[in-house]
Amino acid sequence: MDLSYGKDYEAFRAETRAFLKNHADKHPSQNRYDGFTKSSRAWQKTLIAHGYAARTIPKDYGGFGAEPDILKSRIIAEEFVKAGAPMGFQNQGISMLVPTLLELGTEEQKKRYIPPTIKGEMVWCQGYSEPNAGSDLAGLQTRGVEDGDDFVINGQKIWTSTAQIADMMFCLVRTEPDAPKHAGISYILIPMTTPGLDVRPLTTMTGRPEFNEVFFTDVRVPKKNLVGRRGEGWFVANATLKHERGMLGNPNISENRLAGVVRLMEEETEDGARVMENPVFRDRLAALQGRVMAMRYHGMRLLTHSIKGTDPGVAGMIVKLQGCELNHQLAALAIDVMGEMGVLYEDSPHIRADGSWQWSFMYDLGLIIGGGTAQIQKNIIAERGLGLPRGDKEPVPVRAAAR
Amino acid sequence: MEFALSETQYMLQESVKGALSRRASLEALRAMTDTGEGRDALEASLKELALSALIPPEEAGGAGLGLLEAALVQQSLGSHAAPFSFAARSVLTPLAVMEAGTQAQKAEWLPKIAEGEMRGALALSEKSGAREDAKITEKNGRLNGRALFVMEAEDATHILTASQDGRLFLAPKNQKTVKIAGLKTIDGTRSFAECLFENAEAEPLSGENARGRSLALILSAARILESADMLGASETLLHMAVDYAKVRKQFGKLIGSFQAVKHLCAEMVAELEPARALLWFAAHDFGENPDAAPLNGCIVKAHMADVARMVSRKATEVHGGMGFAQESGVHFFFKRIGVSIQCLGGPAYLRGEAARMQGWA
Ligand SMILES: Cc1cc2nc3c(=O)[nH]c(=O)nc-3n(C[C@H](O)[C@H](O)[C@H](O)COP(=O)(O)OP(=O)(O)OC[C@H]3O[C@@H](n4cnc5c(N)ncnc54)[C@H](O)[C@@H]3O)c2cc1C
Repeated sequence: MDLSYGKDYEAFRAETRAFLKNHADKHPSQNRYDGFTKSSRAWQKTLIAHGYAARTIPKDYGGFGAEPDILKSRIIAEEFVKAGAPMGFQNQGISMLVPTLLELGTEEQKKRYIPPTIKGEMVWCQGYSEPNAGSDLAGLQTRGVEDGDDFVINGQKIWTSTAQIADMMFCLVRTEPDAPKHAGISYILIPMTTPGLDVRPLTTMTGRPEFNEVFFTDVRVPKKNLVGRRGEGWFVANATLKHERGMLGNPNISENRLAGVVRLMEEETEDGARVMENPVFRDRLAALQGRVMAMRYHGMRLLTHSIKGTDPGVAGMIVKLQGCELNHQLAALAIDVMGEMGVLYEDSPHIRADGSWQWSFMYDLGLIIGGGTAQIQKNIIAERGLGLPRGDKEPVPVRAAAR
Repeated sequence: MEFALSETQYMLQESVKGALSRRASLEALRAMTDTGEGRDALEASLKELALSALIPPEEAGGAGLGLLEAALVQQSLGSHAAPFSFAARSVLTPLAVMEAGTQAQKAEWLPKIAEGEMRGALALSEKSGAREDAKITEKNGRLNGRALFVMEAEDATHILTASQDGRLFLAPKNQKTVKIAGLKTIDGTRSFAECLFENAEAEPLSGENARGRSLALILSAARILESADMLGASETLLHMAVDYAKVRKQFGKLIGSFQAVKHLCAEMVAELEPARALLWFAAHDFGENPDAAPLNGCIVKAHMADVARMVSRKATEVHGGMGFAQESGVHFFFKRIGVSIQCLGGPAYLRGEAARMQGWA
């Protein structure tokens, strides 16, 4: 057991700190829902130039070109959280599409799509779920029929996050209707401006249009937009998910949030007394701190597995379930300590933190559902992790990030 | 012993539900919260039921019914997430006048309340853990200070509030010395405001019971009504989830056939049914045994808040992505419950009060 990262890494940490200190007033404010703005794109460029974003993406594709080093990535994450500086973009394009292209894309696809994606100039959405294919993703019915050099696509996607601002979609389409369920699917890249493609925003519980329906009527997409081979889309999609294991249960988010609740409890008062003096809330806070720390060191254990290239087994399967739940509970505590002030929203007078605790409380419930529901996660943990007999259905792969 | 609703209580609830299902369907609710369209029709349709006359005694032109009946009405309003002012206006204001008013005040106000001419808003939030500088003081018959989270101020004619020493006051809303600003919450179906009193005129409720106990009773009644609203909203969520589990298919099967989904539904109903009994008891006992009412109000609201939060989460989960989308309507109830949980004291505050009232702390 050795919790220190070693001398070389501490030097890297010092370097990272110095960068953050020099740029303390140059980054946009940390706000989870401000999407792509001019200032966030500028910040992304700075980060790439210094190796704090797109770190391991080869220079040929616009990245920083460093060797993969999981510990360095971890140090970057730690220091950025501590400094309260926004990390590089984390979105479906960067976290899911780019690693997939690096592994399975053609040279042309890599050159064309990776550079603008990592700069935040090309926005992607994930076209997987359909009205009748959510948990049962492999039941998807959107059809792609071969016609000359194109596929002609008809059907519908739903719950597609960011489709309303996306330039491109990575999409699962059934191209071999006669093949077995999992074998007839292809992974296709579709420009959102293609004629016949219609995006209709859907408002979520939070009151924002956070996801969409996407309709396809004779949408023509060139065959060269296929990633991997035809009919192997299920395999390609799962390759993406492998890269993304744990992104939704990211312990940095929980640590950040815990620190936020601590600050809140120091500041809020009830009958003139600091909420931190309330033993009930303090107990909940301390219990959550224990869970946050457990997930943090759990993350270090998983990190060790990934450095060694060993399989963490069931330990890796619980991250999405536990991480999303923990974030939701942290937001619930924040709301409870604010009492009536905690239900204020939007532009209300007296609002705290722009209503972001309420937004998180609701959005985190969305994340408990999105990317493979909690119930599906538990099935996976029980069946694949613990070897319990399978229920009378096919297994479902761990779905990746909703956002 | 018979622990059940009477035929007339049951019918009262059904008649409110009937009016609401005509006027406050999910579609209507969307229109009412987006543009306000349909609110007048809802008002008109509920007006026929003369809900403002529920509590005032017969000699004042009312029906003289009790808090259990009022709670049943509030439960129905919650079950439709109805944007309709009832608790402060038609229950708490008349109760306050009946409990703490002088003979003259009762004779003057109760008939007006029964008629719906006098409509009170409730400004007592600082009595359940004051936030910021919220506090009302009285000097020479004038009120000063800030009340946060005032209920049903929209359309009110008066504001029911209490001074720091626990005396109840009714202040006319339309005076320059009363400044009202809307607050915006996650829930678009109920209205809240903050209210600034700047040397405002107000009439003290100065009957025999004026001090202490009256405020505690009004707070208790208000908490019981919040609980009833949460019960109604939770029941609707349970029904929506069960209905959805009976029609939604994944993996070629109804999702209700998966044990995980069955258990979500069973857990909701297993918590809700005893919570309903607790609510019936607290609302019934309010009139029978006023000394126990403050404690019961704390216990029922703290418990119902926990149950309702659990139900609002699980019902959303049963719906999958659809539960998170406004399309399903789940969000109306989820957010209405979210506000009720905090309104007039969250569970932690109320359990602290309950412990103090029993001499445990
Ligand atoms: C915030 C958010 C963002 C999203 N973003 C995207 C996106 O960008 N792109 C995209 O493609 N999709 C996205 N989704 C969709 C998401 O992946 C699906 O909602 C999710 O996989 C569940 O599918 P469903 O909504 O059809 O629910 P259903 O599958 O219909 O599930 C309904 C209920 O049945 C349960 N259930 C289903 N099958 C089983 C079983 N076998 N055993 C036990 N219980 C079962 C579920 O747990 C759930 O409680 C997003 C969803 C959310 C909430």
